[in-house]
Amino acid sequence: MNPTLAGILFIGSLILALVLVHKPLGDYMFRVYTGGRHLAVERVIYRLLGVQPGTEQKWSVYARGVLAFSAVSILLLYGMQRLQDKLFLSVGMEPVTDHIAWNTAISFVTNTNWQAYSGESTMGYLVQMGGLAVQNFVSAAVGMAVAIALVRGFARRGTDQLGNFWVDLVRGTLRILLPIAFVGAIVLVAGGAIQNFADPHTVNTLTGAQQTITGGPVASQEVIKELGTNGGGFYNANSAHPFENPTSWTNWVEIFLILLIPFAMPRTFGKIVGDVRQGYAIVAVMATLAIISVTLTNVFEVAHGGTVPQAVGAAMEGKEARFGIMNSATFGAATTLTSTGAVNSFHDSYTALGGMMTMFNMMLGEVAPGGVGAGLYGMLVLAVITVFVAGLMVGRTPEYLGKKIGAREIKFAAFYFLTTPILVLVGTASAMGSAEHRAGMLNTGPHGLSEILYAFTSAANNNGSAFAGLTVNTPWYDVATGLAMVIGRFLPIILVLALAGSLARQVPVPASAGTLPTHRPQFVGLVVGVTVILVALTFLPALALGPLAEGLQ
Amino acid sequence: MERLPSWVRQHLAALRTLLVLTVVTGVVYPLLVTGVAQAVFNGKANGSMIEVAGKPVGSALIGQSFSDADGKPIAKYFQSRPSAAGDGYDPTSTGAGNLGPEDVVDTLPVPGAKDDEGNPDAGRQSLLTQVCARSKAVGELEGVSGARPYCTADGVGAVLKVFADRAVSVNQACPAVPFVSTYQGLRVECGKPGEDYAAGRTVPVRGDAKAVVPADAVTASGSGLDPNISVAYAELQAPRVARERGLPVDRVRGLIAGHTAGRALGFMGEPAVNVLELNLALDKG
Repeated sequence: MNPTLAGILFIGSLILALVLVHKPLGDYMFRVYTGGRHLAVERVIYRLLGVQPGTEQKWSVYARGVLAFSAVSILLLYGMQRLQDKLFLSVGMEPVTDHIAWNTAISFVTNTNWQAYSGESTMGYLVQMGGLAVQNFVSAAVGMAVAIALVRGFARRGTDQLGNFWVDLVRGTLRILLPIAFVGAIVLVAGGAIQNFADPHTVNTLTGAQQTITGGPVASQEVIKELGTNGGGFYNANSAHPFENPTSWTNWVEIFLILLIPFAMPRTFGKIVGDVRQGYAIVAVMATLAIISVTLTNVFEVAHGGTVPQAVGAAMEGKEARFGIMNSATFGAATTLTSTGAVNSFHDSYTALGGMMTMFNMMLGEVAPGGVGAGLYGMLVLAVITVFVAGLMVGRTPEYLGKKIGAREIKFAAFYFLTTPILVLVGTASAMGSAEHRAGMLNTGPHGLSEILYAFTSAANNNGSAFAGLTVNTPWYDVATGLAMVIGRFLPIILVLALAGSLARQVPVPASAGTLPTHRPQFVGLVVGVTVILVALTFLPALALGPLAEGLQ
Repeated sequence: MERLPSWVRQHLAALRTLLVLTVVTGVVYPLLVTGVAQAVFNGKANGSMIEVAGKPVGSALIGQSFSDADGKPIAKYFQSRPSAAGDGYDPTSTGAGNLGPEDVVDTLPVPGAKDDEGNPDAGRQSLLTQVCARSKAVGELEGVSGARPYCTADGVGAVLKVFADRAVSVNQACPAVPFVSTYQGLRVECGKPGEDYAAGRTVPVRGDAKAVVPADAVTASGSGLDPNISVAYAELQAPRVARERGLPVDRVRGLIAGHTAGRALGFMGEPAVNVLELNLALDKG
């Protein structure tokens, strides 16, 4: 079969699989978050936690729960890294240095999974399994809980109750993430991903040289890294490593897992607000942006523009032979369209325009389809902005799902949208302003700027992938990207919950002739347009100096 | 408990939640997966190790270097792709080279100069020069042309820095003869180590060479542990391996076919040859 046709079938089969699971998974998640019954094991857990699962919280209490949980998560994860040599299963690893431990703790708690360290030479098995992988589960569940709280804000009327954070957190972890992760992990092991607790051991190779074969509980962490749109690899090489992603079909499975929950969330949204057509409109926006982006990334990588790719004859640098060009490009697009940041090929060596697409995907705010929860709430904020813009243009009343978008609501939405661009551009500018931080670039010229721009885009949007040439394990970069991650995660969450609180208090207004219908293709087109234009206006100057300058030489 | 301030109680509740979820997702879940994986897929869960005469020689999934102690390729073995993992195929230091598509200008080593650690100055090879050098080396090993677009005959990137009055072939250290003598009427000089050419305009020169050596043979993989090469690269190596081992080429080609994994389900990934398994099959005879 010709490689292009195979690459198109690869994308097509992923789309088909996602369409097939969209409805059952979305409906299942709807039942998880709205059902009144508690499982026996959950009742035990609630007793241990000391929470009353029947009570609900207003937005500020819900937000404090998110923040308190994340704060203790950061402290515990920091402590585990600093003391790993005193704990068991450290496989001889030293304590992690303070700035890397701080950066890593924030990175995993914020669902970013930016890695300023190299897994195989820094983290013992206990920290990986009992610290980092735990955050892979719970940071994903936190994101989903916040998204559900926002959806409840649209669905409810005249109340200040948004649900119970602890219940949403426990249910998302136990009923959604754990079962899929368990099955997925076994599937990955069947493909060759490893799952053991063996110390790294040395073998004599065929030529008599020595090679250290690493071990670890990899598959169990790999699967939740994709499913929870986390992205932090067990090894430095991430999903390019044959022990994490051994075959071309595990590569398909991993991309599927990355996109699985984010694309099903709009269905859950539609069910909760009582109109599945609204969910279809949201998923249509996500799918439109995603398909365009995946296609362009594939086209740029296959066309292999640029001096080195032209000399090589293919954009093969940093890519694995078993995946090839197109499946690597598809993974690269999927991982940056969501907030995953896992990589199966190294974006720094992509063609200039292919690399730009991965950056542009993140700059979209990771809404197509975005992180497991962050994607939906990000997209709903964009929908709110769209009805507002549309209202201004045609003089219609801005309202979405019967809720008025007034001054208070649009302020929350606007601040939400502005948070990450400010972090990205200020962070990049501060790094570029100092010769010391510029020295971290591996490449020179426009590509060096791309490395730094990518780093802050990835951190502020909680993606975690990298133009990996940049040396980031310096105290300054660890602190700066750490701040970008923590603000880029929690400020938007607070704004989303405040928006949810404000919406839930409203009593819906009945739709009138002046109401913009939000389930038609017209609205889908509007949201796509608003998203692309907002992002282009914000980031075009920076992109022009980096990847565009490099790619259009 | 009740007498504590509410923010302290909230954080204690959060801590309890985290500890409970840590037990569930960080202890019970991975142990359960490990138990099932070890019971059902024992060999794979432990790294798909390959044993020869009862001793492990590596993993079927992890590539190896087939070179001697000096880094020279051992001619009776099929060669793996270039690797950026440590000194090559080092699983304790995985990763890619991370150089960009326009990384084309070398820093030439200055003879006699020392770096910060007192070693002789090695300069820095651009990605383009790495590609050209690998292509030339593979061409020589296999007895084919190692020429490529944007590469000079001596195996560096064909790149000019153009100034108002002259052009410099920056990757060719003097006294090398530049790959072109003139560029748009300007005389082309060889590159002087240590001289700063940053002000010049960078012009890579494509030339009219056609590459024979396949793409995967001149590029490093993402992991640095790629266990595979393309079918084209294996075919290129077949005559040399056959000659070194005194085997008919067709027999070697048969072994290549036997160790090629096609696309999964016919459309996932690319056909790839497992180098370690192929070399083991050759050693078995």
